[in-house]
Amino acid sequence: MLNLKKDTGLFVLIMVVGAVVALINPLFLSPINIANTANLVGLFGMFSIAQAFVIITGGIELSVGSMIALLGVIFIDLIANLGVPWPLAVPIVLVIGVILGLCHGLLITKKRMQPFVVTLCGLLIYRGIARFYTQDATAGFPFGVRFETLEFITTGRTDLLARATGGAMTSISIPHSFFLMLLLAAVMWVVLHRSVFGRYLYAVGKNEEAARFSGIRTDRVVIAAYVICAVLTALASIFLAMYTRSILPSSHGNFYELYAIAAAVLGGFSLRGGEGSIVGVVLGTILLQILQNLVNLLGIPSSLNFAVSGSVILIGVLADQEYTEFRKRRELVKTRLTAPEPASAKVPEAVESTS
Amino acid sequence: MHRGNVPFLKLTGIGKTYPGVVALSDFSMDVGPAEVIGLVGENGAGKSTLMKVLGGVTSPDCGSIEIDGVARESLTVSDSMRAGIAFVHQELNLFDNLDVAANIFIGREPTKFGALRLVDTERLHAMVQPYLDRLGANFSAASPVASLSLAQRQMVEIAKALSLNSRLVILDEPTSSLPISETESLLKVIAGLKAQGIAFIFVSHRLNEVVQACDRVIVLRDGRLAGHLAREAIHHDAMVRLMVGRDLKVAYVGPAGQPGEVALSVRDLRTSSHPLEAVNIEFRRGEILGLAGLVGAGRTELARAIFGVDHLAGGTVMLDGVPVRFTGAADAVKAGVFLVPEDRKAMGLLLDFAISENITLPDLPAYSRAMMVSGEREREQAETSRSDLGIRTSNVQARAGSLSGGNQQKVVLAKWLAMNPRFIIFDEPTRGIDVGAKSEIYRLMRRLADKGVAVLMISSDMEEVIGVSDRVAVMRSGRISGILARAQCSEANILKLAMGTHEMAECAA
Repeated sequence: MLNLKKDTGLFVLIMVVGAVVALINPLFLSPINIANTANLVGLFGMFSIAQAFVIITGGIELSVGSMIALLGVIFIDLIANLGVPWPLAVPIVLVIGVILGLCHGLLITKKRMQPFVVTLCGLLIYRGIARFYTQDATAGFPFGVRFETLEFITTGRTDLLARATGGAMTSISIPHSFFLMLLLAAVMWVVLHRSVFGRYLYAVGKNEEAARFSGIRTDRVVIAAYVICAVLTALASIFLAMYTRSILPSSHGNFYELYAIAAAVLGGFSLRGGEGSIVGVVLGTILLQILQNLVNLLGIPSSLNFAVSGSVILIGVLADQEYTEFRKRRELVKTRLTAPEPASAKVPEAVESTS
Repeated sequence: MHRGNVPFLKLTGIGKTYPGVVALSDFSMDVGPAEVIGLVGENGAGKSTLMKVLGGVTSPDCGSIEIDGVARESLTVSDSMRAGIAFVHQELNLFDNLDVAANIFIGREPTKFGALRLVDTERLHAMVQPYLDRLGANFSAASPVASLSLAQRQMVEIAKALSLNSRLVILDEPTSSLPISETESLLKVIAGLKAQGIAFIFVSHRLNEVVQACDRVIVLRDGRLAGHLAREAIHHDAMVRLMVGRDLKVAYVGPAGQPGEVALSVRDLRTSSHPLEAVNIEFRRGEILGLAGLVGAGRTELARAIFGVDHLAGGTVMLDGVPVRFTGAADAVKAGVFLVPEDRKAMGLLLDFAISENITLPDLPAYSRAMMVSGEREREQAETSRSDLGIRTSNVQARAGSLSGGNQQKVVLAKWLAMNPRFIIFDEPTRGIDVGAKSEIYRLMRRLADKGVAVLMISSDMEEVIGVSDRVAVMRSGRISGILARAQCSEANILKLAMGTHEMAECAA
């Protein structure tokens, strides 16, 4: 219920920002700009949804960007240089993702290490390995090498309306990365909001001890969250590798973990865990990409890029928090007005502590 | 009574009522310099309320507090400090990442280099040393608090009280977790400071130490002054006689049938808090076994060990005669061994979850199809639990945190009743719950027992222990000091076993 309110608020904000940008610069609604933005939303959305699963447990995954660099380099090397057929290379990369996520989860639960520390070390280690693996050179495809099916799947675009009408009518060609992100979001929505496992995730994030006392194997839930995060990130790394086609291991994916965290926070997730929704993180990703786009379209110096995103996130989260506080206070006043009798000794204390 | 000394603190006719509980009623006492007053009474007798009144944390409803001849209705925290009243609490309020001197002068550090306000460590240590000397402390001002023993930490607290020019130091259960040798040295420190004119109020369940240390004893019962013992009259039996005799309002309801076979038993179980003591006990179907004892006697630790959340330091748990190993609460829950924890808000419930979501949480797959939670089944179960347990709410989708304490506890119970309990532990099941909801919880416990469940009820509330249990086991210092049959369940018998006023008084390790 709370999620729905937050999501609606975010949606309205996106609409308002979009309308303002479109009014100032109509290019914002041009098919090519929409398609490009959709592609970025798709790519960033995949690993932002991944991050959301870790954040919901109260954890954090800082190695996303480095993982994207390492797995991207490995994927390109497998298919371009080692001649591994891509239908085999994809599962290999995903399995590596599972292993990395499993390592993080085990260190965090069984060895009681802090998620920040474990994944910060991951960030450093994977980046280092990626650079060593390619001798710090750019990993890319040799000239003339093509993977038509793979390229179609990952970087292709389809105009659904044209497909449906046999070319009689056309609309915008939407990148496949966006479709895949929507599919992932739908699946993950069911997992997080409808499944037993999703309920456990919220329970562990809200109060791990109470969850454990209810007989939930909280360690397994947390490990699973890190594995899901790493697998989805691995999938995103393949799409990103195919999108950029060449990977400079020292910079590919830099700061992506922070984009993902920002999208989740903007989407209503609490870093304390137990709060947030899939719709929220997708909307958060969309807003962040629109902000990037806005910097370009409105002629704001692109060096201010981060500053704009940062300010909007800061104001958004602050406003949300103030609004929640305000509602709580109002509720408290209401309950006191309707029921002045009970616990008269306790209420004044509560008011003092919240104000 | 004060050997000619003029009392500087005088309480007259103090009363304090909380909703449903009279915590203090027409209570009077006075304190003069250089005397050690023992304050004893059962849990809930009003000792903590009295301490809060003295500390300025709570205002009494009536009565007056007179300090140096000036009477007032209540104290603030700073009034209390200015009057020279200091507290040494059971759970010490020290920063164990700082050294002794820093703790004693926290917030009042001497500084140097003017506006830079750097801590003048040398001067700080020089200022602290005289207080440590007065106590005869065997540690230095520079010792990290983390390296000190519990008794040494108490001395740091006392030194802090001295540095605040305190005249009266209130010690709350100072010896409850100290070994004998350290207790001796603490009592020596008290005697030494008394000779320097400092007064003490010594709140303790350890009657031996009260006998050793105190000049007079005040006994509280049901918030009233139950008696006053002068030095010569301080004996175990005299104190216990004054402490017992409370109104026991809970009417005992016996089991429907004879207790059945043993459902769960523990053999030589050692908990990590008392690894040297082995616990042996059996729990029978259809029986409510009360577990009494002082705070810190190891009761909660025993419950946690059985439930699998703490590692066993040794021993076995047998379920229906078969040894089981629970490596976590999940194993215990699967086997039908449940725990209603002491801290309802931190461990029993997810306050932000709906009532229905809390109820189904331990058995969620049972309310699911293909691992997808069925909202419909969940609601059905929640409605069943609501009418069955009388959970008072208009909507089972409401936040569990919006319920009153008693109804929250019913939700915790509903979680387990919706499954198949074989053995269920209630840890302080009615703490902070109003009287009406209490009796409902007792009825539910009895109903569970009558259905053939073995019930263990840990309680510090004497009324509850005697009014609900079919048998009572008493723990002291990590071991079972005795098991009382229904006919022997009297306050005096339980207290004697809990406090060790019997033979084994000096065995604490």
